[in-house]
Amino acid sequence: MRTRLIIVAVLGLIAALVPLLGEPYYTKLAARMAIFALAAVSLDLIVGYAGLVSFGHAAFFGLGCYAAGVLPLFGVQSAFVILPAAVLAAAAVGFVTGAISLRASGLYFIFITLAFAQMVFYIAQGMRPLSGDDGFRLPAPTTLGGLRLTDPNTLLYFMLALLALSTWVSVRITQSRFGQVIQAGRDNPMKLSAIGLSPYPYRLALYTYACALAGLAGAAYANLTEFVAPATMSWVLSGELLFMVILGAVGTLTGAIIGAVVFVGLEQVLSAYTEHWLFPLGVILVLRVLLWPSSK
Amino acid sequence: MTAALLLEQGFNGLQFGLVLFLMAIGVSLAFGVMNVINLAHGSMLMLGAYFIAAATVRTPSVAVAFIVAMAAVAILAALLELAILRPLYARGHLDQVLATFGASIALNEAVIMIWGREPMFISPPPWLEGFVRIAPGLDYSVYRLAISGVAIAAGIGLFVLLSRTRLGMQIRAGAEKREVIAGLGVNIRVLFTAVFVISALLAALAGIMLGPLLAVQSGMGDSLLILALAVAVIGGVDSLKGALVASLIVGLVDTYGRMFWPQVLGDVAGNIMANAAVYVLMAIVIAWRPSGLFGRQHAH
Repeated sequence: MRTRLIIVAVLGLIAALVPLLGEPYYTKLAARMAIFALAAVSLDLIVGYAGLVSFGHAAFFGLGCYAAGVLPLFGVQSAFVILPAAVLAAAAVGFVTGAISLRASGLYFIFITLAFAQMVFYIAQGMRPLSGDDGFRLPAPTTLGGLRLTDPNTLLYFMLALLALSTWVSVRITQSRFGQVIQAGRDNPMKLSAIGLSPYPYRLALYTYACALAGLAGAAYANLTEFVAPATMSWVLSGELLFMVILGAVGTLTGAIIGAVVFVGLEQVLSAYTEHWLFPLGVILVLRVLLWPSSK
Repeated sequence: MTAALLLEQGFNGLQFGLVLFLMAIGVSLAFGVMNVINLAHGSMLMLGAYFIAAATVRTPSVAVAFIVAMAAVAILAALLELAILRPLYARGHLDQVLATFGASIALNEAVIMIWGREPMFISPPPWLEGFVRIAPGLDYSVYRLAISGVAIAAGIGLFVLLSRTRLGMQIRAGAEKREVIAGLGVNIRVLFTAVFVISALLAALAGIMLGPLLAVQSGMGDSLLILALAVAVIGGVDSLKGALVASLIVGLVDTYGRMFWPQVLGDVAGNIMANAAVYVLMAIVIAWRPSGLFGRQHAH
């Protein structure tokens, strides 16, 4: 626990120093790591603490992306509107689909979350006014006072602050009474119901919160790539987010951050060597799982 | 909107549903017998299409190309089961899902490395080209009728295998009570490999038949796999009867939806509704019956 915390602190420090290199490429890379770290932390809450494998988390990330991309079309650019809108969109869809999927668990839960995410993906794909499958350029940057989130330095520092705050809040949640009920529901549902507690409302609240965090990460991602497309909701991204969660250590939150950093780094290194980097990535994923069982 | 058009869309919907059924069988068998979810199942469909495309270039005989493609998928599926799934049966769902997901992205990229990024187009056998009059004013594609015929034959074949043969009996017993079947001295590992290969062959068969209708390209099976997951949820994930009924319902809802919704709701909202219809149906079914239409009603 302590080791991981030190690693994360050191990673955060290094990331904060990256802009000193004066290379926007590296700043963007660090921002990308922080964005996916936030998404992975939110997924780890569901997978690691509630013990439910969601294969549809990218849908909420993508909803945040679309919030940041669509609102400027109506002349809204302020982060103080866009970020709450991203949170609201992701949380609302998360709440409704979660209310249905959380009636199930185990394999059923995986099936249903994957199917719902695909529904959101197809809806985005069907939005012809937003260029459907092709996606569209971010019409205008999200602004934070006089700053623009599309500026790599601004985005990086904003993300580091957001990631630190969200992770701290999430850790506090997992340590609270609420978090203990969530973990009891994972470890011993029978005992929990014997005390007279149903895990359902707790899980739904956690799921909604996790989806909201993913939406925040998505809004930032739209500013990083300055592009919005259904691909941000694809099941491949959902799988990659799960990969980040297990690359670290499941159910630790700090592990998810390390996992996201390693994953994005791996992606960069592999794609520098070959355009077919997805092949080695898939093989590494298979080997990672076969050689080291994840705790869940 | 004429009656002929409605009838034609009905045939298209049933044909799509039957192909979906071939995919959904694999999902149901994997869930019911092995208690796993195999995300590489869509890649099996894709490999079937690629292998038949590669084989038809080298041989004039449709039968030879078909046998070669099916045999290649069977070998690959057996290797996949031995190397990746077998060590994971005792593990949690997270590991199984991620390992098969990793296998699927590796396979999807492998076909690009071998055959390139450009989609391939294959034509149906010449003797299946053309149209036949099936109702007054409705000429229907012979190839599409043939697809439905083959899918029905495969479904009947599977039914006979499951209900009349020793292997089928063991598979059904394995789905009911795994410990008992192991206790009876049946080699459960061989049984699992057989189930996996049968599932992969049915997916490959779907891919081979869809090849001339769709572009043969990387990831072509994935959207069908996810649709098959929705089918499995609607029908009841451990029920083959449910898989059949739900496949046909989904095929019809999807095909008619693409025709009706844009007319009812206009172009934009209609298009969105047509894309989402199957999943809305899924949500309604699980809100009403959490174990699906034909699933055993126990908590999962």
